[in-house]
Amino acid sequence: MIARSPAMTENDIVYVRTAPSRALSPPITSVGFIGWLRANLFSSWLNTALTLLTAALIVWLVPPIVRFLFIDAVWSGADREACLATGMQEAGACWAFVHERLSYFIYGSYPVAERWRVNLFFALFAFGSAWMLWLDAPRRGLGALFFFVVLPVTSYVLLTGSTLLGLSPVDTSLWGGWLVTVVVTAVGIVTSMPIGVVLALGRRSSLPVVRFLSVIFIEFVRGVPLVTVLFMASVMLPLFVPPAWSPDKLLRALIGVMLFAAAYQAEVVRAGLEAIPRGQYEAGRALGLGYWKLHGLIVLPQALRVTIPNIVNSIIALFKDTTLVFIAGIFDFLRTIEVARADPKWATPVTSTTGYAFAAVVYFICCYLMARYAASVERRLARADRR
Amino acid sequence: MRRDPAAKGSFLYDPRLRGAVYQIVLLIVIALLAVAFVNNVAENLARNHITSGFGFLHATAGFDISQTLIEYSISTSTYARAFVIGLLNTLLVAGLGILFATVIGFLIGIAQLSANWLIARLARAYVEIVRNIPLLLHLLFWYYAVLKALPDFSDSYPLPGGALINSRGLFLPKPIAQSDVMPILIALGLGIVAALIWRYAAWRHRERVGGRRPIVWPMLAFVIGAPAIAFAVFGLKLDWSLPELGRFNVRGGAEILPEFVALLIALSIYTAAFIAEVVRAGLLSVSPGQTEAAGALGLRRAQVLRLVVIPQAQRVIIPPLTNQYLNLTKNSTLAVAIGYPDLVQIFAGTVLNNTGQAVEVVTLTLAVYLTISLATSAVMNLYQSRIMQVHR
Repeated sequence: MIARSPAMTENDIVYVRTAPSRALSPPITSVGFIGWLRANLFSSWLNTALTLLTAALIVWLVPPIVRFLFIDAVWSGADREACLATGMQEAGACWAFVHERLSYFIYGSYPVAERWRVNLFFALFAFGSAWMLWLDAPRRGLGALFFFVVLPVTSYVLLTGSTLLGLSPVDTSLWGGWLVTVVVTAVGIVTSMPIGVVLALGRRSSLPVVRFLSVIFIEFVRGVPLVTVLFMASVMLPLFVPPAWSPDKLLRALIGVMLFAAAYQAEVVRAGLEAIPRGQYEAGRALGLGYWKLHGLIVLPQALRVTIPNIVNSIIALFKDTTLVFIAGIFDFLRTIEVARADPKWATPVTSTTGYAFAAVVYFICCYLMARYAASVERRLARADRR
Repeated sequence: MRRDPAAKGSFLYDPRLRGAVYQIVLLIVIALLAVAFVNNVAENLARNHITSGFGFLHATAGFDISQTLIEYSISTSTYARAFVIGLLNTLLVAGLGILFATVIGFLIGIAQLSANWLIARLARAYVEIVRNIPLLLHLLFWYYAVLKALPDFSDSYPLPGGALINSRGLFLPKPIAQSDVMPILIALGLGIVAALIWRYAAWRHRERVGGRRPIVWPMLAFVIGAPAIAFAVFGLKLDWSLPELGRFNVRGGAEILPEFVALLIALSIYTAAFIAEVVRAGLLSVSPGQTEAAGALGLRRAQVLRLVVIPQAQRVIIPPLTNQYLNLTKNSTLAVAIGYPDLVQIFAGTVLNNTGQAVEVVTLTLAVYLTISLATSAVMNLYQSRIMQVHR
């Protein structure tokens, strides 16, 4: 705009901008989608080359997998004939096989008429875990009582049977599939938590004998592979007890898993205990609390809370380790798939891959969800710390 | 804790006395349990007519082993020999597994922090997918779905260089020396020593004077040059034994078992995902200010990484990295699932079945892994106390 006062000569004309000029939009190459591409994928020659290489890798890998799993897959059929390659058509995943053997993968050889008991057990376990995992749930103390006392007793009666309640006994050699995987995981969690807490307290105890024994146990078990612990449980355990008490195969595996998980859980709990400031102990003692009240009312509730993410991570490890119980001769989820895939009725070139793909998806979903949960609790605790 | 003599309560409340009583009771319970176990074991063994003791180790083993790194014969070798062979097979697969897992793990770990969106995402996906699937499933997949699904030996798939691959394994050309190899091996050893001395001298020079001397190229020159000179002087006649298709099997060449390959791939891929997380956490633990300051001093990106970031990240990375190495070694016992002749498969499997010496066999097997673990953590503690001193 040109400002002009009444008494103005030619020389007085000045240019004064009184309003800001319109902001230019940034160049199209530095914002929006193109800008994002340039910044994140093509920022330099090297980066461009790497991007193209990676994209080629993805194009090379992903379409065949998708084609195998979905497009070429056989969704229904009665036996192997359905899943054989026919002339031009290449055979994809044989989902018909998984569909037909699904009940075996879930229940093993558990009697069909009694499978409602397994379903009830799954429901109770899911209910108990949800109560424990939901940090804002009402009455969590009651939840712990349910999970660590009521659930194990009920499940034991439900699954093994009791003539008193009219439930026909089911031998553990008939158990299999997902049922065994859940039972081993559940027993691992339920028994390893209390033992782990005791061992962790023992390792920090002022009594030298208790401390020494705890350290020996923890370091011994953590120093050897689970495979050898299971070997020990399945061949040495029967030697340790009189023949009349000789545990069945499932129990041997459970004892092995329990000892193994307890040692790892002890270290997780110890990490939690070490995160508690000294002041908490001192304040507790100043209130006149004894050892058990101090730990039960003040230290452990805080220690276990801060270490929830680690506990969940060790549960994930335990869950993956349950696949090793085949060493003790019992049929967990992965083992039932191994058995089914070798069955001549479904023997095709794609059966193994299909079975493994199914197992991988199931394990991945479970582990991934648990890992997400652990991460979310970690974020929540970090928020609480900042406050 | 000092007690006030005036406020002497009942001796039942003396913490020291109580502690002593608890410990004595605990010891008595454990001693009773131990006695009961030993009695039961003795009874059970007597019932099955098994004599205890390690004498069986000197007996002839009499079973075949599919992969032997040292001499072994069915008819004359002892159980002790079988034990050593199993141990060597375990160490072989664990050693190579550690090597591959480290390389893949570091690449993926660094890729996770890449500025390139696609690469970072892909690396992240690798870690999430691989570590959320049980190792046994990885192993079974590679063994049964990939390697065992290869064509039968009569339709062997030829690889470049005369190698063959089929469902029975990988068959590589095997060099057979027709003349003495020793001079070249000695030269290689001397070359490595010279390279290390060069590196040490360069480091001393930098500490004293400050100047930089080239390190990598001279070291390579020593390691490659020394054997090359020995080769030029002494010469070497090599015959290659090429694998050939026979009527019932593959003849000649060096055979690599599919069990070994499957175990190696599964262990490397699985452990690499965990190592990648360790590396990522280590690199993230170095504050961005360090990188920025190094950049402001004019260091190039590679130098920033090598001189500033890695030395600091190392402290965070090495202890959990060692842990992963131990895990890999312990996980190599999964060999038992596919029949790779490792320590557990040979000793806790075949030898145990043949002799029935459960207590001795399991004890020896546990002792091996325990020794490896405890020795490694002892070294780690030493390392950490040194690092801590530097840190303070």
